[in-house]
Amino acid sequence: MAEKHVDEISGVETTGHEWDGIRELNNPLPRWWLWTFYACIVWALGYTVLYPAWPMLTQATPGILGYSSRAEYAAESAGAKIAQGGIIEKISKSSLQEIVANPQMNQFAIAGGASAFKVNCSNCHGSGAAGGIGYPNLNDDDWLWGGDLDTIQQTIAHGIRDAVDPDTRIADMPAFGEMLQPDEIRQVAAYVSSLTGTPKNAALVEPGKQIFLDNCSSCHGEDARGNRELGAPNLADAIWLKVNGEAEIAEQVRAPKHGVMPAWQARLSSDTVKQLTVYIHSLGGGE
Amino acid sequence: MGRGGKRAEQEVDRPMNLYTANHLQPAGGARGPGNGSGSGSGPVPPSEPLYEKRQKIFPKSVKGRFRRFKWLFMVVALAIYYLTPWIRWDRGPHAPDQAVLIDLSARRFYFFFIEIWPQEFFFVAGLLVMAGLGLFLLTSAVGRAWCGYACPQTVWVDLFLAVERFIDGDRNAQIKLNASAWTFAKISKRVTKHAIWLAIAVLTGGAWIFYFADAPGLAFDFVTGQAAIVAYSTVATLTATTYILGGLMREQVCIYMCPWPRIQGAMLDEHSLVVTYNDWRGEPRSRHAKKMVAGGQSVGDCVDCDACVAVCPMGIDIRDGQQMACITCALCIDACDNVMDKIGKPRGLIAYATLDEYDGNMALATNGGQTAIEPARVRNSDGSFVDRIREFHWQVIFRTRTLIYFGIWALIGLGLVYALLTRDRLQLNVVHDRNPQFVLESDGSIRNGYTVRLLNMVPEPRTIMLSLDGLPQASMRVVGITDVPGNIVAIPAEPDKAMALRVFVTLPPDGDAKASPVRDFRFIAEDRSSHESDAYNATFNTPGGKK
Repeated sequence: MAEKHVDEISGVETTGHEWDGIRELNNPLPRWWLWTFYACIVWALGYTVLYPAWPMLTQATPGILGYSSRAEYAAESAGAKIAQGGIIEKISKSSLQEIVANPQMNQFAIAGGASAFKVNCSNCHGSGAAGGIGYPNLNDDDWLWGGDLDTIQQTIAHGIRDAVDPDTRIADMPAFGEMLQPDEIRQVAAYVSSLTGTPKNAALVEPGKQIFLDNCSSCHGEDARGNRELGAPNLADAIWLKVNGEAEIAEQVRAPKHGVMPAWQARLSSDTVKQLTVYIHSLGGGE
Repeated sequence: MGRGGKRAEQEVDRPMNLYTANHLQPAGGARGPGNGSGSGSGPVPPSEPLYEKRQKIFPKSVKGRFRRFKWLFMVVALAIYYLTPWIRWDRGPHAPDQAVLIDLSARRFYFFFIEIWPQEFFFVAGLLVMAGLGLFLLTSAVGRAWCGYACPQTVWVDLFLAVERFIDGDRNAQIKLNASAWTFAKISKRVTKHAIWLAIAVLTGGAWIFYFADAPGLAFDFVTGQAAIVAYSTVATLTATTYILGGLMREQVCIYMCPWPRIQGAMLDEHSLVVTYNDWRGEPRSRHAKKMVAGGQSVGDCVDCDACVAVCPMGIDIRDGQQMACITCALCIDACDNVMDKIGKPRGLIAYATLDEYDGNMALATNGGQTAIEPARVRNSDGSFVDRIREFHWQVIFRTRTLIYFGIWALIGLGLVYALLTRDRLQLNVVHDRNPQFVLESDGSIRNGYTVRLLNMVPEPRTIMLSLDGLPQASMRVVGITDVPGNIVAIPAEPDKAMALRVFVTLPPDGDAKASPVRDFRFIAEDRSSHESDAYNATFNTPGGKK
């Protein structure tokens, strides 16, 4: 410490330090402050005995209360599960219609379905369920297999073209490249294209229509509006799942690409499938 | 440190204690000569102790105008604190009927006819800013009036001191009792006093929780043991702080714990009213004035009776000058005025005065600082004061500094009143779906999704008409309200609730769909009975040029 200095005005000794002419008075602390300080030390020592504190070679001392933040996390998670328990059980026991009709279950299912969707479904369908080429957009009103609650649940539970599930949905459009001539394929593509747009060569449309009625209408329907029983897409609407333009239509006719969706009942609990169903149904296209 | 320094220049022989209370100094240090008179080169006193034992204070009771004002203020302040939660205020069946209620679980703050939602918390922030500026204003005008009259610490300590006097008697009896052995009488008095203190502390903590829940219901639950644990722990904590801070620690809180005394230093100026010992008329003080006068010596008005010291709840001697430990409770003014009345001298030896007038009078009494205080300089031969004595004029309060404080304070107040009078009780917030930005429907129309938050901020159910403005062909569907697309939808809004609506807006395929990928429109919410409405600017996304 620097040499002792007494403040002229207060008559109090200073700490001896000086900052640009400013000195700090060294007033004595009150004794209760000292006892408070001692009490804090005692508290701290007690804390290190009761709680994990001193670092050892491999881990810290556990403390005699046995507290750990992981155990606390586990307990809180278990508590949250218990808090959810009632409503998840209710969802398991209720039909989809009952869930949607009950605001509490409906809200819970939409929120739970949304998070299950992010984890399990968004890889193909996108995080906003907007899909992509080959992966259906689940927001719109165009459904291959149907957009009501039970149909959506069936699709999620058993999948599409799943290799194992016996109840999986199967739609197998033949490869018409082996049955039709390339000219005929071009004609039928022009016809399909004409249903919602303007084909490149209008002369091909008329012969194409006949080829369509002969070969395609059994599944896609005479008006080309599809058939949900068979999973045959509506070709007369604005939405295209796999193709963009006449050339790609022709390619799909020649050698169709088929998407696969796994059967989720093998991986997810039935109440999660229900929540997913309610969530998908709520996106705007549900029927 | 303008004030302490200025006075110190004039009166080097009396140590000025701006930063320490005098009772914290070594015995005899405060008023004894020599301790502070040396410039750094003087003999160094022995080291101060690191820790100082607290000196007990036994403030004497006093009567007078400031004491009366303090009693009045205390009764009003305590009444406001204890009674406010019990005032009822009818808000209809959909809101609580407590006039002042901070409903944390429902996130509503009720203050008589005002209801504040969390997003309107700026009202509270504004009031806090006003309270801060109000303190600046008050301090620059009348010094530490907050500390002396209004601070809860002061009010409760005053209450606890009154209890102490009621049980133990006044100052002398208290000193005697403190020094006496632990007889049965002493023990019973101590037990009674602390029991009453604790009872007051429990009531203080107890009153606090009633601001956060329905008071009568909570009182019943609390007494019957059914209230929430947080209610009991809050009461326990506040009981402990009230008892410890108000009963046991008292002046130690003001001196050691509170930052406000330090902050005051920056707000006082030479025109601020502070409790001042007018030594220009009091010195030289003497207990034997007549003998001194007879001996040809001049004396001031101070008879050194120590009445001002005896009544001080902070245990200081105001005659040492302005000091941090002084909370300006003005009780020493009452005590001194009583003495002056008795000995037939004019009041105001200790008075509210500004440094400016004090300096002027001091210069007069000391001939500009060239001599010691000479009473003859400020007095006529008949004992009255000379005309040149400066006195406080109320106009001093209205100076640039206080006017600026008041101006800002009033501006914020007016702003808050304006905001209160013009605020919406019907609000609309819209969040546009970002993923997907739009959905192509099978008929070629485009659909956008929105989350519309409709806030019905009055405690009555209302029917709100939600409509679209700026998208003529569009229709909307509100999930759970209507499945039939339309341009306007009636929403049944629950009282005092925010509701989140899923809204799908669909635009049919049209020729200019390619024109602009983003279209601006507005959601409009309207209560047709009260003509309140709110609008929110939103956009509608389309694929635009892309197919």
